[in-house]
Amino acid sequence: MSSRESINKTLLVAFCLCVVCSIVVSGTAVILKPMQDANRVLDRNKNILSAAGLYDPAVHSDEEVAEMFAAFSPRVVDLHSGEFLSESEVSDLGIDPASYDQRTVINDPELSEAIPPEQDVADIKRRVIYPMVYLQQQDGELSTIILPVNGYGLWGIMYGYLALEADGNTVKGISFYELQETPGLGAEVRNPRWQALWPGKKVYDESGEVALQVVKGTGSGQYQIDGLSGATLTTRGVDNMVEYWLGENGYGPVLDNLQSVSGD
Amino acid sequence: MANAKKVVLNPLLDNNPIALQILGVCSALAVTTQLSVTLVMCVALTTVVAFSNMFISMIRHHMPSSIRIIIQMTIIASLVIAVDQFLQAFAYEISKSLSVFVGLIITNCIVMGRAEAFAMKNPPFISFLDGVGNGLGYSLVLIVVASVRELFGSGSLLGYQILPLVENGGWYQGNGLMLLSPSAFFIIGFFIWALRAAKKEQVETREFRMAGHTEAEEAV
Amino acid sequence: MEQLLSLFVRAVFIENMALQMFLGMCTFLAVSKKVETAIGLGVAVVVVLGITVPVNNLMFNFLLREGALEWLGLGGMSLEFLGYLCYIGVIAAMVQILEMFLDKFVPALYNALGVFLPLITVNCAILGATLFMTQRDYNFSESVAFGLGAGVGWALAIILLAGIREKLKYSDVPEGLRGLGITFITTGLMSLGFMSLGGISL
Repeated sequence: MSSRESINKTLLVAFCLCVVCSIVVSGTAVILKPMQDANRVLDRNKNILSAAGLYDPAVHSDEEVAEMFAAFSPRVVDLHSGEFLSESEVSDLGIDPASYDQRTVINDPELSEAIPPEQDVADIKRRVIYPMVYLQQQDGELSTIILPVNGYGLWGIMYGYLALEADGNTVKGISFYELQETPGLGAEVRNPRWQALWPGKKVYDESGEVALQVVKGTGSGQYQIDGLSGATLTTRGVDNMVEYWLGENGYGPVLDNLQSVSGD
Repeated sequence: MANAKKVVLNPLLDNNPIALQILGVCSALAVTTQLSVTLVMCVALTTVVAFSNMFISMIRHHMPSSIRIIIQMTIIASLVIAVDQFLQAFAYEISKSLSVFVGLIITNCIVMGRAEAFAMKNPPFISFLDGVGNGLGYSLVLIVVASVRELFGSGSLLGYQILPLVENGGWYQGNGLMLLSPSAFFIIGFFIWALRAAKKEQVETREFRMAGHTEAEEAV
Repeated sequence: MEQLLSLFVRAVFIENMALQMFLGMCTFLAVSKKVETAIGLGVAVVVVLGITVPVNNLMFNFLLREGALEWLGLGGMSLEFLGYLCYIGVIAAMVQILEMFLDKFVPALYNALGVFLPLITVNCAILGATLFMTQRDYNFSESVAFGLGAGVGWALAIILLAGIREKLKYSDVPEGLRGLGITFITTGLMSLGFMSLGGISL
């Protein structure tokens, strides 16, 4: 018994254990990292495709996702000027488009900013100045633009993608990839049947104001989408999210510039 | 071999970690809205308990008592990290919905509890089996809870629609309460009731006994 | 300041660790028979959470996260996979240090908390709060507010439950539900009550 409790033995056991555990832990982490990264990209691509209404988990395999996603080109935009940045401007900012993750730079003072409270309709506190949007080209013509959006629901911030047609006014679809809403109530924003209400709705009215609304109960007309029953606050959150991101403090200026890039 | 069988089967109903030992309750509640997620959680936990029991038992003669707890913690945490990495690589969707709860296996009392209570005193193989048994006992409760919650909450099992929901054009109005977390408490409560109705020896002794009503004349 | 206060209130009531997140349930159910012990454990949890969450926050930001090791010339390296090991190490070490500190300088409090301190290492509310903190990317001051709030919320919940259980032991509960069973159902009802706070937007 005494040998087991000696200081040398204690140190030796602790040392051996550390070596073995560190090998096991770093080994699995390093070996599996490429697969995990691939999964993350695949997951993001699926969400983007599903916002554009192209992806159905029951139909499409992972390879088809990669194939369909090839039609989308990522573009970094500047929310202040509303301009699509060129490749050299992007690299000047220190952004590598391949690994750029707008969720991780949200606290980077150079790439993101606090939203003034009076403008912060979606209640998200901070935003990235240079978000990455995705453009889908079809036969050399711009057909879809996909915008990353987020907004505060009931329990936390909901993250998703909103797809618009090339006119920057017609909704093509919406998807959410991360949220903490109540399962069965607020989390129904993920239900494909509810998301199917979105395509075809118009965003702006004649005066150019955001008219698209998610209303409590049953919506009517081309500007309104039915809210989710039993999830008033989530519904309001989605409504605020749309109002902020499509408004002039959000992607409004970017969408005005949309025609200028369609020839690219 | 009879002993091995007993070690595996005993924790299922006779000495269930959740219903009797009050171990590992936290994750039982949070990850049970969908059966598929629950199954992955069960597999992850059973793997961790079984292997942590085995490794701890293997080095139990070399473990200085002064750093015993921290050694156990290190082994458990390393195993959990490995499991978490595997889930992220091979079951990304599910690992996303489990979020922090995979990490919480580290502090799941079943793992620590069995390491202390069993693996420190028994040889590796039997400790491994004890881990499997306790993992299964935990899984049993979780699967029951998750099946009830998913079936009555969203009318499906493992994602297959069993009771067609009104929203999807069927007749079944999903029970919202089942999807909310408190329902897990009720279901486990009733599970314990059912278990103890069948196995009387698990009933707790009462601390006070109600006296019958006293007659009026005695009170005077 | 206002933001920190609302984060604190959220952590206490809306995202209550015990009744909404279901963390620290094992101790919650096992050590809630008497109000007095519940208060002791509650205070211990508040102290430990108030210390470990900010400490883990510093460690995450300056050692583990991607790009945190830039000052060593290891810019692209991310040690996030080591997270669990480090957090649990910090928690175990903090509990141990706190125990020794109290023993030496505040023996009265040590005697009151004594038994509960080691229990706290395996309380998942502690690790859970750390994991939520990293997942939600709180900064340092937010992590202090969140840690304290989570602790106070947990303490509040266990004291309330202990109060109910003290009364409950005089009631005539069906045989099979006695003890643990009825406690589960009581906790479920309490949790339903706390859910009604969910609509408060801060």
